[in-house]
Amino acid sequence: MAVAASIAGEERSVQARMASPSRFGDKAFEWLTLAMALAVVVLIILIGWQLWIGSSVAIKKFGFHFLVTSTWDPVAEQFGALPFIYGTLVSSLIALLIAVPLGIATAAYLTELAPLWIRQPLTSLIEMLAAIPSVILGLWGIFVMIPWLRDYPFPWLKRLFGWTPFFSGPIYGPCMLAGGIIIAVMILPIITSVSREILRSVPDLQREAAYGLGATRWEATRIAVLSYAKKGLFGAVILGLGRALGETMAVTMVIGNTPQIAASLFKPGYTLASVLANEFTEATTDMYLQALFEIGLVLFGITILVNLLAQLLLRTIATTSATRAVQ
Amino acid sequence: MKSRTFTHKLLATVLLAGVSVTASAQMMINGAGATFPYPIYSKWFDEYAKVDPSVRFNYQSIGSGGGQKQILAQTVDFGASDGPMSDDNLAKAPGKILHIPTVAGADVVAYNLPGNPALKLDADAIAGIFLGQIKKWNDAKIAALNPGVSLPDQEIVVVHRSDGSGTTYIWTDYLSKISSEWKSKVGTNTSVNWPTGIGGKGNEGVAGQIKQTPGALGYVELIYAVQNKMPYAEVKNASGKFVKPSLESITAALGTADIPDDFRFSITNAPGADAYPICGATWLLVYEQQKDAAKGKKLVEFLRWAAKDGEKMATDLQYAPLPDSLQQRVLKRIDEIKM
Repeated sequence: MAVAASIAGEERSVQARMASPSRFGDKAFEWLTLAMALAVVVLIILIGWQLWIGSSVAIKKFGFHFLVTSTWDPVAEQFGALPFIYGTLVSSLIALLIAVPLGIATAAYLTELAPLWIRQPLTSLIEMLAAIPSVILGLWGIFVMIPWLRDYPFPWLKRLFGWTPFFSGPIYGPCMLAGGIIIAVMILPIITSVSREILRSVPDLQREAAYGLGATRWEATRIAVLSYAKKGLFGAVILGLGRALGETMAVTMVIGNTPQIAASLFKPGYTLASVLANEFTEATTDMYLQALFEIGLVLFGITILVNLLAQLLLRTIATTSATRAVQ
Repeated sequence: MKSRTFTHKLLATVLLAGVSVTASAQMMINGAGATFPYPIYSKWFDEYAKVDPSVRFNYQSIGSGGGQKQILAQTVDFGASDGPMSDDNLAKAPGKILHIPTVAGADVVAYNLPGNPALKLDADAIAGIFLGQIKKWNDAKIAALNPGVSLPDQEIVVVHRSDGSGTTYIWTDYLSKISSEWKSKVGTNTSVNWPTGIGGKGNEGVAGQIKQTPGALGYVELIYAVQNKMPYAEVKNASGKFVKPSLESITAALGTADIPDDFRFSITNAPGADAYPICGATWLLVYEQQKDAAKGKKLVEFLRWAAKDGEKMATDLQYAPLPDSLQQRVLKRIDEIKM
């Protein structure tokens, strides 16, 4: 009792010491951070609002057709965004298929397996990849990557998988697959560095426990580290996807810029961000500009939608692993 | 009391500083628009600073569409465009907008074939290729124009610009003039719904893709083909002669084309015997009635200098200058600008 009372008394004196001036500081800090957080939300709403205003006439004119038709004809002012939506989603998917295993494996090597002396230089190298301007990557894509892809990996893919629709038809060079690969190069650093930070934050206790149970290195990495960090790694993938959807310049230079929906990944494609980068500066008529604004709105919507879906998926993963833990 | 005198002093200093800044400030004339003439315009602004140090130019090469929009919104003192403004857009202007042609350039048909033979093409062949009807290099139409050249049995990979551009405007303007099918199906614009081909971003993107893709054919500005040492075709002009694109054959096209009084002309498929058929001019856009008299006066002085002395710098930068006859008409138009 006496102890409790003395603790209570101390608490009171602490409260007394934290008199109004410092309280004001706390409040100010709270308001300031709240304002900052709200500013981000307001910014997003304003961007969406502006895009909506800028495209209102096009939305009225084309309605739902804008999302499901494929003609993009600035002369006749007929606009449909479907090939761009398709191209954005497919190129991002290809990029994720390549960059996620590569990025997570690199991160696992860097945190679990690599000799200590090599970790820092390798990490710096990967982070330097992120510093390459996208237009430089695009030029490298045109002059180095595409000729190489066209001469070696693409014919090989065609020989092996030419019987599927995905790798059929003539090989020109610039195509959906090349676009996906260049996006993979661009999102690899962010996926790798975020994954590495996450794997590093896995407590050593996890690893020690696994080894203690007689796990091999692979088992320890898979069960104790990767599985433990699943949620965080998923977050890294989402960050990468966010970049992939909006990636513009490098993709524009290698994807072939043809608004079509073709099963073959060797055919040129087009993305939402690319058509904006290509056509915004020279759009002279009102309806044309409106349609481009609507493309921006669609890209904005897709980004938000994909993020929401990812959050949902993340929650499902979290709950299932929680139930499994309970069981 | 003390703080008040301090405030007064501060205020006075600020005001004085402000006055002295405005007194020594140069007049700033703002422009925005086309990217194609940007190299020569920036050269002009540099050189003109020596002629008249009291005026400075700020030019943003944001594209012809942006140039037209900004002059309409009066956020710049002059606009620049690679295509003339449409009647619709001119009707939106708060005053009369004058088109002042400055220099011209050409689109060349560049290609990538084994051994890079010299090729000759005519309107039918070019339209056929870009409509996707001529698919192979050894097509009878191309072969007939190029006797003695061994053309491979290879697919033609058509490369066009993916970004909106004056280059594409000239190209589609030419195709619309020589092919009724192109005119009805595709039309003329800074970007169009291409019947075939892959899109490269910018002249450098198209040039790069042609160089990297065996069997490719596309159009780029003359200077890009020259700089990249790419082969480009001679094209049969309206009077039936095959003409190599060059600064002289562009100026020849300017000299023989029919140029209306408002200068909203197109010089593609010009009738002259020496005229290269696929070329176009670029324009500065200014209001006939200038709002700010002092600025307007300086702008007119600059335009006059550009039309007389500036034109002489064109060939060094691989632009075709206007022929004398047109230059005289342009000078007369500049004199019509009112303050």
